[in-house]
Amino acid sequence: MAYRSHVLVCAGTGCVSCGSYELGAAIEGEIAKRDLAGEVQLVRTGCQGFCAEGPVLIVQPDEVFYCGLKKSDVPTLVEEHLLKGRPVTRLMYTPPAAPAPVPTLSQIPFFAKQKLVVLRNRGLIDPERIEDYIARDGYAALAKALGDMTPEQIIQEIKLSGLRGRGGGGFPAGVKWATCRQAAIHRGVEPIVVCNADEGDPGAFMDRSIIESDPHSVIEGMVIGARAIGAQQGFVYIRHEYPIARERLAKALDQARAFGLLGRGILGTKFDFDISVVQGAGAFVCGESTALMASLEGRVGEPRAKYIHTVEYGYKNLPTNLNNVETWANVPLIINRGAAWFTAMGTGDVSDNPWNGSSGTKVFSLVGKVNNTGLIEVPMGITLREIIFEIGGGIPRGRAFKAVQTGGPSGGCLPAAHLDMPVDFDSLTAAGSMMGSGGMIVMDDQTCMVDVARYFIAFLTEESCGKCIPCREGLRCSLDVLTRITEGKGDEGDIALLEEMGGVMQDACLCALGSSAPNPVISTLRYFRDEYDAHIRDHTCPAGVCKALIHYEIDQAKCDGCHACVTACSTGAITGQVKYPHLLNQDLCIKCGACVDACKREAVLRA
Amino acid sequence: MTDLIKVEQIVDRHGRSRDNLIAILLECQEEFLHLPREVIESVAVRVKAPVAQVLSIATFYRGFSLKPVGRHRIHVCMGTACHVQGAPRLLDAVSRELGIQRGETTPDMEFSLDTVNCLGCCGLAPVVTVGTDVHGKLKQTGIPRMLRKYVKDYKAKTH
Repeated sequence: MAYRSHVLVCAGTGCVSCGSYELGAAIEGEIAKRDLAGEVQLVRTGCQGFCAEGPVLIVQPDEVFYCGLKKSDVPTLVEEHLLKGRPVTRLMYTPPAAPAPVPTLSQIPFFAKQKLVVLRNRGLIDPERIEDYIARDGYAALAKALGDMTPEQIIQEIKLSGLRGRGGGGFPAGVKWATCRQAAIHRGVEPIVVCNADEGDPGAFMDRSIIESDPHSVIEGMVIGARAIGAQQGFVYIRHEYPIARERLAKALDQARAFGLLGRGILGTKFDFDISVVQGAGAFVCGESTALMASLEGRVGEPRAKYIHTVEYGYKNLPTNLNNVETWANVPLIINRGAAWFTAMGTGDVSDNPWNGSSGTKVFSLVGKVNNTGLIEVPMGITLREIIFEIGGGIPRGRAFKAVQTGGPSGGCLPAAHLDMPVDFDSLTAAGSMMGSGGMIVMDDQTCMVDVARYFIAFLTEESCGKCIPCREGLRCSLDVLTRITEGKGDEGDIALLEEMGGVMQDACLCALGSSAPNPVISTLRYFRDEYDAHIRDHTCPAGVCKALIHYEIDQAKCDGCHACVTACSTGAITGQVKYPHLLNQDLCIKCGACVDACKREAVLRA
Repeated sequence: MTDLIKVEQIVDRHGRSRDNLIAILLECQEEFLHLPREVIESVAVRVKAPVAQVLSIATFYRGFSLKPVGRHRIHVCMGTACHVQGAPRLLDAVSRELGIQRGETTPDMEFSLDTVNCLGCCGLAPVVTVGTDVHGKLKQTGIPRMLRKYVKDYKAKTH
C-alpha cells in the first residue's frame, strides 16, 4: 500500500532515552484517532545522528525535521502537518544564533555538510526489517560478489579502493584479506572472519549506531569478506553494554538466514557461511585483536606478542581476519559502485599503495563542548574547523574552543592551531593524535588539559590487563604523578619523569593499549605545557576544574538572591536573605559545584 | 539459597563448553544478579574447568560482580564526553546523596553505585543509568528527584 507521508521517528539509544518509543506510540494513537492510518505510516529508524536534540523525527517526503518533541506536541503535529499539510514551525530546529527555525533536513548545517556512505540508510529504513534494506539496494553487492566475481577479484577491488581499517589502526583491509586467504590456503585450514564491535573508546558510539540503524550492511560486508577469504564461520564480538544493538543484530541475522543470505548455500550457490554473536563482558583491552580472540575462546582477554599475526594464527590458531564494524559496512558499497567511486572521496592517491592516503568517508561521534552533538559522517580530508564549527555549530554559550580529542585513550588533544588540518589517518598521526575509531570530543576553555590527561591515564590504569610490566606499572606511576600535579603537589621534575615513562611504555609494552597509552600525556604536554606549569609552579588550575586548586565565589553583582544555591548546598556553606546577594563560607564548602548547577544567572564562579 | 539447578541448565544450554564461559557467567549473573561462590564452583564442575579459571574470568571482566548488588543498579557514565561535562562531580553527588562509595550497595539493598566507561549516548552527557533507564543531561540538583523515582523515601531508608 502506498502511503502519502512517512513519519520517521528516531529509535537510536539517545532518542529512546528521551522517550522516543512513547512519542512514537502517541503519534500512532493520534494517527489512528484521526483516521489517517491508511495514509500515513510511522517508521522507527536507527540513530539519525542529531542526538543533542532528541527525540527527533523526520516527515517525508516533505523532508521536515522536528526535534526536542514532547508527547504534548503530538496532537498539534499530527493535526497541522499530517492532516492539514502545514508544517509546525514551533517544533522545528533553530541553529544556534540563527534568527528563525530551519524547516528541512538539507537546510540544516548539521546535515548539509555530511556525506553519507556507511550511514546511507540512516533515518530511512526500519533496521528490524530486512525488506527495507533490500529495497535500498541491500544485498545487491552480495549477489554481484557471489555471481560475477572470483574471490581474487573481490580482494583486488577492496585493495584498489584503499579502504583502511576504521577501528583505529588504519591497516589496508584488502591487504589483510589477501594475507588471511593465503595463510589459510597455505596451511590447508579454514579461516575465520570476525567483526570487532567491542567499541570501548569512551566518547565513541559509531559502531553502536551503525549496528542499531543498519545491521544488514555489516552482515552483507562480512558475507562478502568471508567469500573472498574463504571462511565458513564468522563472529561478531559485541560489548555487553549495547543491548539494543545486540538485539537488532540477532534479529537481522535470523532474517538473513530466512532469506537464504546466510547459512547453507547462500543465494543458491555452494557457498556456506554463518555468523554467531559473542558478547564481551566489559573489558576495554578486548578491542585489541589478540585479546579479543582470547575472549572469543572464553578466556581472560590478555593480549599476546604479535610477531605471529592473527591473520595467520588467530582464533583457535586458525587464520583470522578481524575488521571493525564500520570497515565491514563499507564493503558492500565498494563492491556495488566500484573502487574508483570510493577513491574519489578522501585524500592522497591510493591507486598503487593504500598507505599513500585515506579514501572514503569516516563516521565520527562529535561530542563534548559543542552545540550539535551527535553522529556524523564526513569525507576524509575535511578540516577540523568544518566539523566543529559548521557541522557542530561551534562551542556552546559562546565560550572559546580549546582542544579537540580524537582517537580515544590512544589518541591526543589538538589545539586551535590545528583546526585547519585535514582529517585523515596520516595528518592526525603526524600531529600527535590519531584517527582511532572516531570519537571526537570537543573541549572549551573550562576543560583542564592536565585533568583530561589524568582521566585517560586513570581509565587505562583500570583497563590494563596487567600482563606486561611497562603497561601495568608505567600507567600506575604516571597516574600517581598526574594526580599529584592536579592536587597542586607537583614538582619541577615531574614533567621530565612523565616523558621518560612514556618513552619506555611506547618502546616496551606488549600491545597497542600500552604502547599508545602515553599519547594523551605527550600530546597535552606538547600543546598545553603552560597548563602543567600553572599547576606545578603557581598551584592554580586555569580552567577551574582541579578541585584542590580552586575555590567557589558568589559574584555579588550578578546574584539576585533567588536562594536556589542555598537549597542545593548540602553543607550549609551558602547563606543570605532572599532577594539579597548571598555569601559563601569557604570553611564549609566541599567544592561539589552543586551551586553552579543550581544558579540560573551564572553568578557562582570557579576560580 | 542459590538454585544450582538453574546453573546446570544454563551451562547445559551452552554445551558445557569452556569456550562459552563468558556467556555462561553473564547468564548466571543475570539470573542471580551477582556471582556467588557456589555458582562459580558449580559452573567449574559442570564445564570441567578449575575453579581458578572460572574465577579469573569473573574477576577480569568488569561486567561481573562477586558481591550482591542492590535492587536498583546506578551506573554513572565516565566516558570522555561525560567527563568533560562534569561526571566526576555527579558521581560525588550521588555518592553523598546515598551515603555509599562507588562499588558499594546501600545497607537496605535498594541501590548500588558504580561507574561505566561509556554507554555510547554521549549526546546526552552527562549520563546516569538506573537499571535500564537512561537519565541524560543530568545536573547535581536533579539527583534527588531521580532517586525518588525508584525509592520514594530513600533518604530515610539509606541513611
